[in-house]
Amino acid sequence: MAPDLWTLYPLMLRSRLFEQAIADLWRDGLISGEMHLGTGEEAIIAGVVSQLQDGDAMALDHRGTAALLMRGVDPGLILRELLGRATGLCGGVGGHMHLFSRDHLAASSGIVGASGPAATGFALAAQALRPGTIAIAFFGEGAMNQGMLMESLNLASVWALPVVFVCKDDGWAITTQSASATGGSLSDRAHGFGVPAVEVDGRDVSKVWSAVHSAIERARSGGGPTFLHAQCVHLEGHFMGFQLLRSVRDPLGQVPAIALPLTQSFLRPGGAPLRERVAGLMHVAGVMRATQHDPRQDLANDPVPRVRQALLVDPERLLALEDRIAGELVEIVASALGEVSP
Amino acid sequence: MAKMTMVQALNLALTQEMAEDDRVIVLGEDVGRDGGVFRVTDGLFETYGESRALDTPLGEAGIVGMAIGMAIYGLRPVAEIQFSGFIYQAFHQIEQHAARIRWRSRGRFNVPMVIRAPFAAGVRALEHHSESREAYFAHTPGLKMVIPSGPRNARALLVSAIRDPDPVVFFEPKSIYRAFREEVPEDEEVMEIGKSVIAREGQDLTLISYGAMMRPTLAAADRLTEEDGVQAEVIDLLTLSPLDDTLFTTSVRKTGRAVIVHEAHRSFGPGAEIASRIMERSFWTLEAPIKRVTGYDVVVPFFAREQAYLPDVERVLSAARETLRA
Repeated sequence: MAPDLWTLYPLMLRSRLFEQAIADLWRDGLISGEMHLGTGEEAIIAGVVSQLQDGDAMALDHRGTAALLMRGVDPGLILRELLGRATGLCGGVGGHMHLFSRDHLAASSGIVGASGPAATGFALAAQALRPGTIAIAFFGEGAMNQGMLMESLNLASVWALPVVFVCKDDGWAITTQSASATGGSLSDRAHGFGVPAVEVDGRDVSKVWSAVHSAIERARSGGGPTFLHAQCVHLEGHFMGFQLLRSVRDPLGQVPAIALPLTQSFLRPGGAPLRERVAGLMHVAGVMRATQHDPRQDLANDPVPRVRQALLVDPERLLALEDRIAGELVEIVASALGEVSP
Repeated sequence: MAKMTMVQALNLALTQEMAEDDRVIVLGEDVGRDGGVFRVTDGLFETYGESRALDTPLGEAGIVGMAIGMAIYGLRPVAEIQFSGFIYQAFHQIEQHAARIRWRSRGRFNVPMVIRAPFAAGVRALEHHSESREAYFAHTPGLKMVIPSGPRNARALLVSAIRDPDPVVFFEPKSIYRAFREEVPEDEEVMEIGKSVIAREGQDLTLISYGAMMRPTLAAADRLTEEDGVQAEVIDLLTLSPLDDTLFTTSVRKTGRAVIVHEAHRSFGPGAEIASRIMERSFWTLEAPIKRVTGYDVVVPFFAREQAYLPDVERVLSAARETLRA
């Protein structure tokens, strides 16, 4: 079976525009606290969520907005939740990291790795109560260093549970490069537990869809879990206002603020020998340089324009579709904001 | 002396202790190259190198568990948990191992480590970034539980915590990380763990608090003087465990009235223990029932309701006035 891009693109675009609207509200100070966007993950989320059926469950991480939206949760409810309104999805008490929808069997946790055990439990319950339904766990590669996720892989394997573990790998655990904090390969870990692992380009929704299709078929038919390792790029970094991206996008504004404390630390009396200090400074410079050539700056890594390219064969249909989606979102945001303005 | 925020003062303590003692090593998520999400470990990586400012994987059980091993073997680890709400994955390591190894080994091993974590509400963040669950740690034998209330005592207490022979859970009230500055001496300064201080003298009533709640408590004491002509004595606990009950029970014997203020939940919270100690040691001098002004027994609500959750000057004032009327 092949994916229908005319179905997937609207899901992705709608999610992108919705999260951009969220970003604007956050910048305006209407949404408080930190904000983890899923921009850059849309191909993975759409490739998975578009194939879910009634009774399938999702365990989400701290970036659950896109998955809920694509699963069919009313965007107005999500937005009101983020705004802290009593009319929000969860009464405005949870915020963006704690989104729940009983109708969609979707539960999230801001704690990294927590989606593993939750999805494994959903899968066990699915097997017992509604055979043929499955569970999805969404998490980042940083979560693969949490013990609870390893325990989940083991249990899902040994009991052949219908769960698909979806690892959205952007290579960064906040400011720590995952390669510097993770031993071995993630797929090898899954193999070690007897769970088949599939590597996929998470920026390409067709590829994700196809890989997920087989994994879901396998889970529904009693074949057990699959580990899907999807590479992606978080276009806004770990969270909004991410320092590394800010520095690179606005060097004149940001670098002086960083340079002074760096120099002070470097020159501070006592501490490591000069050689080690130079190495440390070089490392920081290296990270800055790497960010300059950061994949987050490269539009080729953005899954939304990538899929759009393929739909340019019918520009009229495409533009009509985009107009409709953008128009709907403007209304949703206006309606939610209408409630908060004094 | 330089005027510093609490973040800068904590950074000074870490910088100086690392210069003083090669065994002091900081570890945690984003504490090295980045300098920590709140910048408390800023510059340590550049000054002391990657062997003493360790960027760990995202796994709290591993961070604390490894710090226990390091401490037993002879290092002085200072582990950072990025937010206290992430500490529960490490709770097994803290409660089952760090807290018990001295007792279990009959003193053959001790665990000289510090677990630092930003905690408490007031920054309009989500629940794991806002909670006050110090009671779990104060309840656990074998742990010390320290909560500073300002830049100067934060620095002096962190130095003591690092030098302490036993595990210290050090909760930093993040809402006052940068809220105000204090003079902090460049030269070494330590404060004894397990000792409270009198933040304001008075004879009519005793207000007992700690951490970020010291600010509304002190503000309420000022208003009681201005508006009611009442002199409240304010005790800053600084350490919850071991609890310095001599200072506040002595104060209550003088004033006969006590109000306890904390943002942790009410039931089985620190206030319950403090009230019991007052009953045990100062009951016969009490003129009024002891009052508690606390967070409610709910998960810290997000955003719009956060301020309603937190004790504020008005709540402290009304409890104090009820106590004074009784």
